[in-house]
Amino acid sequence: MTNPVLKVENLSKSFGALKASNDVSLDLRPGEIHALIGPNGAGKSTLIKQISGGLRPDAGRIEVLGRDVTVLDTVARARMGLGRTFQISSLAMEFSVLQNAVLGALGARGRAFGLFRNVMRDAALLETAHDALSRVGLQDVAQQRTADLSHGQRRQLEVAVALTLKPRLFLMDEPMAGLGASGSKELTGFLDALRQEAPILLVEPDMDAVFALADRISVLVYGAVIATGTADEIRNNPEVRRAYLGEEELA
Amino acid sequence: MSFILILEQVLNGLQFGVMLFLMAAGLTLVFGVMGLINLAHGSLYMVGAFAAAAVAGLTGSFLLALIASLAAAAAAGALVEVTVIRRLYDRDHLDQVLATFALILIFSEGTRWLFGSFPLFLDVPAYLSGPVTLPFGIQYPLYRLAIIAIGLVVGAGLFWLIARTRIGVQIRAGEADREMIAALGVDISKLYTVVFALGAALAGLAGALVGAIQSVQVGMGEPVLILAFVVIVIGGIGSIKGALVGALLVGLTDTLGGVFLPRLFALMLEPADAASLGASLASMLIYILMAAVLLVRPSGLFGGSA
Amino acid sequence: MGRERLFNAAMLLALLAVPLLAWGLQEPFIITLATKVAILALAGVGLNIALGLGGLVSLGHAAFFGIGGYAMGTLASHAQNYEPLFSWPFLFEGSNQMPLIWLTAVLASASGALVIGALSLRTSGVYFIMITLAFCQMLYYFAISWSAYGGEDGLSIWVRNEMPGLNTLDPIQFFAVAFGVLCLALWFSARLARSAFGLALSAARQSEERVETVGLAPFKLRLVAFVISGPITGLAGALFADLNRFVSPTMLSWHTSGEIMIFVILGGVGRLYGPLVGAAVYILLEHLLGGISEYWQIFLGLLLLGMVLFARGGLIGAPVGSGGGA
Repeated sequence: MTNPVLKVENLSKSFGALKASNDVSLDLRPGEIHALIGPNGAGKSTLIKQISGGLRPDAGRIEVLGRDVTVLDTVARARMGLGRTFQISSLAMEFSVLQNAVLGALGARGRAFGLFRNVMRDAALLETAHDALSRVGLQDVAQQRTADLSHGQRRQLEVAVALTLKPRLFLMDEPMAGLGASGSKELTGFLDALRQEAPILLVEPDMDAVFALADRISVLVYGAVIATGTADEIRNNPEVRRAYLGEEELA
Repeated sequence: MSFILILEQVLNGLQFGVMLFLMAAGLTLVFGVMGLINLAHGSLYMVGAFAAAAVAGLTGSFLLALIASLAAAAAAGALVEVTVIRRLYDRDHLDQVLATFALILIFSEGTRWLFGSFPLFLDVPAYLSGPVTLPFGIQYPLYRLAIIAIGLVVGAGLFWLIARTRIGVQIRAGEADREMIAALGVDISKLYTVVFALGAALAGLAGALVGAIQSVQVGMGEPVLILAFVVIVIGGIGSIKGALVGALLVGLTDTLGGVFLPRLFALMLEPADAASLGASLASMLIYILMAAVLLVRPSGLFGGSA
Repeated sequence: MGRERLFNAAMLLALLAVPLLAWGLQEPFIITLATKVAILALAGVGLNIALGLGGLVSLGHAAFFGIGGYAMGTLASHAQNYEPLFSWPFLFEGSNQMPLIWLTAVLASASGALVIGALSLRTSGVYFIMITLAFCQMLYYFAISWSAYGGEDGLSIWVRNEMPGLNTLDPIQFFAVAFGVLCLALWFSARLARSAFGLALSAARQSEERVETVGLAPFKLRLVAFVISGPITGLAGALFADLNRFVSPTMLSWHTSGEIMIFVILGGVGRLYGPLVGAAVYILLEHLLGGISEYWQIFLGLLLLGMVLFARGGLIGAPVGSGGGA
């Protein structure tokens, strides 16, 4: 078996008495989509934040591509090839769609200290940016102001910016939200193919998409992973059923 | 350099620190509760000093002058809060800086127009003037001791107000979560006016107390304002305890540094150079202290996240 | 954007035309006023890189303005006294040559910006505002207590410094120098806004998280912006001191910081030519209102207050519409 791209070991994080992450372990293998599901408040966002570098865990370690990144910040992890999309859009709202994508391409290049040349005439950056935009279907709105995009389009742009980074793994926080039925289906197909490029750790409340896409699913409840397995295994796991459906269903 | 001199300077530092605390407490409260940076806080200090000087000139009573400083600064604070400041709560910091800078211009020039450019003088009343003899035979001005006492009493009152009273509960709730206290049915805009006026009154009192030692003039509040900022940065924004610790640290550092640094340099350098270099470095000491705190704890000694 | 560009060109032409006209009419005082506008606008152009592009609300830019001023004062006073500044580790003589003075001003204020920026950019929001203000005040007190260079009284220079090929004592020629530097700075900041660095810096202002996620460090971007911004304001300080042939701690006072910020804001934050409009309006107000009332700053305060509360786009916002952005 090939080495996992991402390995999370015994991660714990508390806020006062609340255990937001309780001894979480999981991994992401090459070529797979690993979905993270759980009821609201289960600690998915906190976990994602710790993996991306925005929050330091109290205990445990995180490995990316075989390297311990527990003490590295967001910038260093992004440079190692961690491409993240946000649940609440964090795009530069005053920029055009294209400028946001160019920013991603600039990040991939790793240098942003050119002071004179017009960045929007840099052929290499533009190519990367246009390429990413057309892959998610935003090429027609490239010149629009990002603030004028619909919520679904912003989510697509999040994915496009992540693509410009040519990441080694994706961390996607609710990429389907606000897309509507047809858009959601389209993105499902897109992610399905994307896993060959780089594996995806996916947080997504749309259960149809999760069960259609995921190679493996981990269920997070009260900050702890209660089960990890294939879609079928998760469907039939009694603990998962109890967490989602309540006690009486089992009786 | 005698023990008595050191003790005297420690008392001077305490007195300065207590004054800074009265300034910084209001600033940090207003920032903690309303999220507002108020550059015009120094103007309220000035308003307090001028009100005190005017009333003392008319009535001859120092006590009435102090009451006038509290009332005038609180009234000016409430007026400014209702007309200008409350429009700034959901603006960004840049707008807050600009609008309160504009208020400084208006206050300063307005005061100059009313009272003229010449400084006013506020006399220490007879019952507080003259030195007292402390243990170890230290002769120390009674008035400065009184300032320390008043500052400490007001500080204790403030802690009591915040820890024990209804309005204190509301203030603490407001620091934690603004929507929450609105949901609890507290009249939030009234609370904000009261907090702002309270901070203003403390600044006004400080202005009046200092006005009797120095002169009362336009622009007197601004150096103190910036020192109060240093205090808050050191103590941590929003923390009253931080303001107290920061104020005493700054007060002591500035006073002791100003006296002892030139003497320290005199041990190594020519007298003239030592005096000049010592004075220059002493003037920078509190900022160096601030930089050092920043390097270790960017959000201040008692601050949460920056 | 076409209208804004047209408006910018018109402003620049007006700044050129007024002193030329005054030259023809032999009104040197007006030339001096125009020179002041150009220099103060230059100070604002510097701040605007940090404030408009980077979103860094620095209330400490007077520090760089003053460092530039003192660079001029120090070099020129040593030159007029024929004393070297220091002779170890190398001989450093005073100078009355503008290019050398400018270089010193730029290097000194860049170093200042590096130190102040590295410390204050560890924080953000109100902390940043207070800390920049505090460091500025530190230099102010330092200048007051540093008696070797005039202390509180400041330092006078007898003759304006020299520029090779020009007679800087002639007001119109000195105006040309200031105007030329301003044009260069405007050109540079326009290039900067469109560059890769400008894009990343502006993105860091809009969403810090976004910039980190693409692997760029906001702290470094902001520090570089600060180190670019400071020296431009510092250069303005050197010119301002040369205009007055005088430098004093007032240049370092926080009121000066506030005024530089007002130039930027009056014209509209993030607008390239905002500082030019702002400085021009400020000087006009100073002279029009100042003639009516000694207390003209009350009106300035009211104007500023009204603008912040009711007209956030600044003065350029009115003729060219909002949405200029960075």
